[in-house]
Amino acid sequence: MAQQDQKQTKRLALRLATAAVAMFGFGFALVPLYDVFCDITGLNGKNFSQGPTVSAVSVDTSRTVKVQFVTVNPADMPWDFRPSVRSMRVFPGEDKQTTFYAKNPTAQWMVAQAVPSVTPAEAAPYLHKVNCFCFDRQPLEAGADTQMPLLFFVDPQLPKHISTITLSYALYDLTDSQKVTTASQIDDKGQVSL
Amino acid sequence: MATVDVDLPHVKDEEHHHHGPAKGLGRWLYTTNHKDIGSMYLIFSLCMFMIGGAMALVIRAELFQPGLQLVEPNFFNQMTTMHGLIMVFGAVMPAFVGMANWMIPMQIGAPDMALPRMNNWSFWILPFAFLILLSSLFMPGGAPNFGWTFYAPLSTTYAPESVTFFIFAVHIMGASSIMGSINIIATVLNMRAPGMTLMKMPLFVWTWLITAFLLIAVMPVLAGVVTMMLMYIHFGTSFFNAAGGGDPVLFQHVFWFFGHPEVYIMILPAFGIISEIIPTFARKRLFGYASMVYAVASIALLSFVVWAHHMFTVGMPLVGEVFFMFATMLIAVPTGVKVFNWVATMFRGSMTFETPMLFALAFVVLFTLGGFSGLMLAIAPADFQYHDTYFVVAHFHYVLVPGAIFSLMAGTYYWLPKWTGHQLNETMGKVHFWLSFVGVNITFFPMHFVGLAGMPRRIPDYALQFADFNSMASVGAFIFGVSQLLFIYNIVQNVRAGQKATDQVWEGAHGLEWTVPSPAPYHTFSTPPKVD
Repeated sequence: MAQQDQKQTKRLALRLATAAVAMFGFGFALVPLYDVFCDITGLNGKNFSQGPTVSAVSVDTSRTVKVQFVTVNPADMPWDFRPSVRSMRVFPGEDKQTTFYAKNPTAQWMVAQAVPSVTPAEAAPYLHKVNCFCFDRQPLEAGADTQMPLLFFVDPQLPKHISTITLSYALYDLTDSQKVTTASQIDDKGQVSL
Repeated sequence: MATVDVDLPHVKDEEHHHHGPAKGLGRWLYTTNHKDIGSMYLIFSLCMFMIGGAMALVIRAELFQPGLQLVEPNFFNQMTTMHGLIMVFGAVMPAFVGMANWMIPMQIGAPDMALPRMNNWSFWILPFAFLILLSSLFMPGGAPNFGWTFYAPLSTTYAPESVTFFIFAVHIMGASSIMGSINIIATVLNMRAPGMTLMKMPLFVWTWLITAFLLIAVMPVLAGVVTMMLMYIHFGTSFFNAAGGGDPVLFQHVFWFFGHPEVYIMILPAFGIISEIIPTFARKRLFGYASMVYAVASIALLSFVVWAHHMFTVGMPLVGEVFFMFATMLIAVPTGVKVFNWVATMFRGSMTFETPMLFALAFVVLFTLGGFSGLMLAIAPADFQYHDTYFVVAHFHYVLVPGAIFSLMAGTYYWLPKWTGHQLNETMGKVHFWLSFVGVNITFFPMHFVGLAGMPRRIPDYALQFADFNSMASVGAFIFGVSQLLFIYNIVQNVRAGQKATDQVWEGAHGLEWTVPSPAPYHTFSTPPKVD
């Protein structure tokens, strides 16, 4: 084969190899892309905003929205976890506070993480959590219980046809992964920031 | 002095052109010859086909009757998983790469592949990948048991310990495929004989060129997704773990972003082989050559925007369901063009029915059947009934067994005389064909019925009303499985002896590969042929 061809082949092979490496990167880029996509569209009932991105401008007293609270424990999660109220009626734009009760009935210290999900997914971008226990990991001593706060408001821009929003929390046991977390990641309140 | 320096490479070049294969094991270990490497790929994939097939027979034996007879459910799950992985990555893909190695240089008039050393490497890492994968069967906790789609968290949180070996095996297979693809693209784009323009290339070369691009685009994504699993299992990341802010559904998105193009990787070269065989035995030029090329290219492009039709039931928004449903159905259009062109090629041709043609005809009919059940699965509202049932199993086995596998058998019988120099034993070939054809249909056709009636896939036991069709399928599977011993017998006999084949082998065969002697000499087209 002529020298010229060799060079051309090498260049092409190098380009193709670069493309392969780029696609490997793209595989990983799908992870943040997926979150961004869900965040923008509110698909998947995900609401990633931590704290208020919009402040309530005015309270819309012309209608009320029913907000329901649901809790889910995966099979291997022994905690007692439930909302203190099952549902509440709110005016869009109105700041509301509620709490969730959690108790660690086991004989050892545990850490949990609550993961929220909003139904219908269309409502997800309109439910703003000002402060939520789901922003942090929740440690509990053996036998201890706690009331975990949630401060939220419903965006007045919420489409008119939505009258009920369900906010569901799944509580996951993170005790195992917590053990490998270094102490430096735990702040003075004993909470670990995500 | 100066003249010596100039002459030396020339002398070496001459020597290089005239030496034959080296002797002994070294020939196979160090070879950079595309024909040697092609043969090794083909033999390797045949071994994997038999191992994967044996696992399928374990599955079918267990399912012969309701209840648990032969194997533990966990071992059953290991069998379904390993059967899938071995057939996809060990049998079908390397077999196509083997054919590409053998035929592409000969079809485009090149002396060898563009990167012969890398070619050697991309083959020789494969046996190690499968050694690692198969060794997991003997590890404590057993082999991977989470299905070939290895959905998280089944393959992460709940996986057996051997999952790490599975991950490294997939990494190695991926590296092998990517290197093979780079080689094929470089060969096709840079080493064509003078006058062999892109639109004169045989369709097998075209389909492989497009397949190679698909492989480069998606195999790294597969490597990425198994790397994410590795990071979860050993380094505590949580890409797919909701507790850590990840999402298990993300796994399915990333996997199928690889997985859907992957299924076309397994069928596009098959289209190429069939498009070579049908014109030969219909004694007509391929109908609509250009439309065939464009159809393959559009199928490849569409394969990137349909992945979520594998996950209609995960709770996707309606817009997503509708988009992926219509995008999927759109693929039926270029596929329909291909089937139409094959039929149109045969129309008023003077057809004869030698073994390769029989396999090619069975391919056209049965692949189309599998395509139709694919269309049924593409209908999002209907898919909620079909999802994860035996209907899906019936569908993808129809496109993979009488699809990809039949095309490989057709290609083997078609090119075998060129490889070995011996004419085919038609009688034995036909016996093998008819047993396979009948066996395949008895095996997979009843699966449509049990699937529609609600039998879930990947279960070792089932409700009594599915018993009759399941025992039928098991009988068919053993017919099909055992008849593959005939395939091996035919190949071995053909390698050992047979009537001397002519250069053209088949009366209606056209193309550069039929201009070289049979068997093809160790080095072909050292001086490029002239194509006009």
